[in-house]
Amino acid sequence: MREITYLEAVREAMSQEMRENEDVFILGEDIGVYGGAFGVTRGMIEEFGPERVRNTPISESGIAGAAIGSALTGMRPILELQFSDFITIAMDQMVNQAAKIRYMYGGKGKVPMVLRTPSGSGTGAAAQHSQSLEAWVAHIPGLKVVQPSTAHDVKGLLKAAIDDDNPVIFYEHKLLYKTKGDVPKEQYSIPLGKADVKREGTDVTIVATAIMVHRALEAAEELKKEGISAEVVDPRTLVPLDTETIIKSVSKTSRLVVVHEAVKRGGYGAEIASMIAESEAFDYLDAPIKRLGGAPSPIPYNPELEKLHVPQVPDIIQAVKETLNKA
Amino acid sequence: MKDLKVPERIAEENLVELYKQMWTIRYFEEKVDQFFAKGKIHGTTHLAVGQEASAAGVCALLDKEDKITSTHRGHGHCIAKGATPDKMMAELFGRTTGYCKGKGGSMHIADVEMGNLGANGIVGGGIPLAVGSALTAQMKKLNYVTVCFFGDGATNEGSFHEAVNLAAVWNLPVIFVCENNQYGMSGSVKEMVKIEDIATRAKSYGIPGVVADGNDIIEMMNVTNEAVERAKNGEGPTLIEAKTYRWKGHSKSDAKKYRTRDEENEWREKDPIKRFKESLISESIITEEQAESIRKEALKGIEDAVAFAEEGPMPTKDDLLTDVFA
Repeated sequence: MREITYLEAVREAMSQEMRENEDVFILGEDIGVYGGAFGVTRGMIEEFGPERVRNTPISESGIAGAAIGSALTGMRPILELQFSDFITIAMDQMVNQAAKIRYMYGGKGKVPMVLRTPSGSGTGAAAQHSQSLEAWVAHIPGLKVVQPSTAHDVKGLLKAAIDDDNPVIFYEHKLLYKTKGDVPKEQYSIPLGKADVKREGTDVTIVATAIMVHRALEAAEELKKEGISAEVVDPRTLVPLDTETIIKSVSKTSRLVVVHEAVKRGGYGAEIASMIAESEAFDYLDAPIKRLGGAPSPIPYNPELEKLHVPQVPDIIQAVKETLNKA
Repeated sequence: MKDLKVPERIAEENLVELYKQMWTIRYFEEKVDQFFAKGKIHGTTHLAVGQEASAAGVCALLDKEDKITSTHRGHGHCIAKGATPDKMMAELFGRTTGYCKGKGGSMHIADVEMGNLGANGIVGGGIPLAVGSALTAQMKKLNYVTVCFFGDGATNEGSFHEAVNLAAVWNLPVIFVCENNQYGMSGSVKEMVKIEDIATRAKSYGIPGVVADGNDIIEMMNVTNEAVERAKNGEGPTLIEAKTYRWKGHSKSDAKKYRTRDEENEWREKDPIKRFKESLISESIITEEQAESIRKEALKGIEDAVAFAEEGPMPTKDDLLTDVFA
């Protein structure tokens, strides 16, 4: 199969969809000839023109609202925000408008839009350009939340998100943009709400999101050398959440470690841990659930401090061993 | 119509209908006010008594396919855009027969089929949505216009400035209608804005800004007509400032300590319905007797709406989780 990068997979998913469907267009800051802050839309304005690859003023609230209004009246916009931190500026539009319109209007009207945005730390961009705020939006009924971890997943999930009739917040991890994977050339869709077991194991379940999927896989490989078999589950979408796959895995392994990059306090890992505590899998647990997440500080600039802020491979190994009383 | 200068598309019978519509809006609001006082409706509401001319005058120039976005004070816009008071009242009563099946209430009435993209509980929240609706019209080459209603208070929100700029640079078919009713809750426009006319703000975005007497339905129709023509001819957005006044308080809990009774009485003298009636009679379009029977018909319509609302079933537990997602 053909290998392309995560970034190319995002671009390909959008381009193929735009060739198929006239209603799909992209809007965002510097997405035109510049190609977007991370180069995701590079070359697209040449193919689709400035009407459908629509460069906007720096107006996150305005362009989010314009996307919602266009979706409500028949378009299927893809809104690119340069950094996921900037969703704070578009929050009224996404949370008070997009998420609630259908419900408030008694089921009349729909808002089929995707807000794509790069999240995560590791680039030295410091406190206002490195956050993972997915728990904020996952808290809001009416929004779907996607966090793809591989080139293959990002293409299929983006198609599903564009085809979905609801507002979808689609987080692309900036450190994953250059990672490569096998990606089919043709269009395909990965349903929202379907987790993926990235590695099978029997001793412990690691539920990891976005870049943490890769760190969890690395940790699992290390643990294997010590005779510990870890299963890595990637939920892929936080809303809807595939609780069934996670419950099944934990019931099998009897141990759970949840790991994400977002600040641990109030992070989505708490939701996953609680969901397991409330489920039939609780009876199978042989150890307390462990949660790993970002430190309770803004993200620091210094590269060493920045690394300390978020879970690394040794932290995951340590947490797994603690659940096995092997620490 | 010898002295009455109205847009060409407005015929005499339209004027009579508009006169009735203004009464319908007023009686709807008065009825809602009474129900709140009696505790018959819960939650809160924002009434547009005294502001009927801008809703009716602007929407008179719109076709069914044209769109509007509205505000927390949106009952008038809703009626003017063709909603039936029956389903509106049912919504305020929280019934499944309401426009939003009882889930939206006063601040969220929408009638997407009639081009009403919804009232809004967030001040300025609907302005970017209107720009998005206008973007659809431009991209799909649909010849509709979108009217965006908001108050004076909303023009201090970032969403106003972002949205107007966006509409201006993209030359979108949208009409921004600022109903300057002099107060954002208790904040007088004189204290919250340093310019005399909010319409002046249009200049910063390179679009025309027009000041109109918001209590004069004829003037509202004329300025809207021009803005609609501009929008439909691809000449982009217009900002219209309708100077008006809300007779009632901001919401049901307002003691109106921030303004004088003298000021209120001055504005009551400029009653938009009374002024329109006088014009219609002096133009011999209707007689005093006809005016009176029209008023009664409007009142009867609202009483019927109440009866409809009261008959509607209440939502049940099964309705709680429906329509969260499409």
